[in-house]
Amino acid sequence: MSAIQATAIPEKLTWTGGSEPLKASYGKLMMWFFLLSDTFTFSALLVTYGMIRFSNDAYTGAVEKFYFSTQHWPVPDKVFSALPFLHGIDAPLIFVGIMTFILIFSSVTMVLAVEAGHRGDRADVEKWMLWTIVGGFTFLGSQAWEWSHFIHGPELADAAKDAAGKAIEGANLVRNPYGPPAFADLFFFITGFHGTHVFSGVVLNVLIFFNAATGLYERRGHYEMVEKVGLYWHFVDLVWVFVFTFFYLV
Amino acid sequence: MAAYAQSNGTEQKVIAPAQTGAIWKTFWILLVLTAIEFVIAFSMPNNHIRVGIFATMTIVKAFFIIGEFMHLKHEAKLLIWAVLFPIITIAWLLVALLLEGGAHN
Repeated sequence: MSAIQATAIPEKLTWTGGSEPLKASYGKLMMWFFLLSDTFTFSALLVTYGMIRFSNDAYTGAVEKFYFSTQHWPVPDKVFSALPFLHGIDAPLIFVGIMTFILIFSSVTMVLAVEAGHRGDRADVEKWMLWTIVGGFTFLGSQAWEWSHFIHGPELADAAKDAAGKAIEGANLVRNPYGPPAFADLFFFITGFHGTHVFSGVVLNVLIFFNAATGLYERRGHYEMVEKVGLYWHFVDLVWVFVFTFFYLV
Repeated sequence: MAAYAQSNGTEQKVIAPAQTGAIWKTFWILLVLTAIEFVIAFSMPNNHIRVGIFATMTIVKAFFIIGEFMHLKHEAKLLIWAVLFPIITIAWLLVALLLEGGAHN
């Protein structure tokens, strides 16, 4: 027992059998393949979005004359144009831009934590993990605000009308004041699925921060867990880059 | 064991200085690309060309995130392809489904 543990090759560098396929640890490789399978899931959501969006009629008139209707797909700038604390100010896509920045920045702090882990710098790992967690919570808070605003609905002067000609108030899975029912459905499913990933990521990050802070990784001799969870966190950022482009910009 | 006990508490272990140049460079690239996307979103009419530009820029951003942040660029060749190949086929499937499904109308 002790003879095995005393060998020069650290356990993490070898799989059972002593070699290291693809020059990556087992855990890291499995994280890559998990992320690949997650890519398939998000691709399914993306193609669903594309099909449903383009099978609905697009608004063809001038952007200035845009109006909400269940008969055509809304222009995203017109739906997502509010900022917290700045009621009534028209700021198309600014808030979602800030959210994008927050997530990219938390990805940077994560990669800085990984870099600190390579150097075995425990204090730096703790610092950057903490910033990553702050970024994650800020993003989740922003998304909560975005959802709440989307559901309660701003006072749209030109909200879409239902069959009886009455303005629709509030968004749910059945109807919404912005456009066809599928628009809100896809918004909830795609940003919701991504938000769930962010939430899981924050939980993992807190766990890693705790382990780093209590010196577990220092005793273990390496910070590979930071790297593995980092892969997941970057993936969450990556998915948001796609959501941002295809849901908000296109 | 003795060396370990001695270093524990008395002398600080030497920590190499941070190498963060490439990380910040990637950050600025991502930030600038996102800013350009914003400019395009408000200055260009919505058409196929604009969608194409957005898709291309998104893939460029993905390249930097996967390559630098996720460090894939510096992994073993076989690992790179094990990840890339399924993604390429999925991208193909995505485009095929959209086109065959008549989304281009």
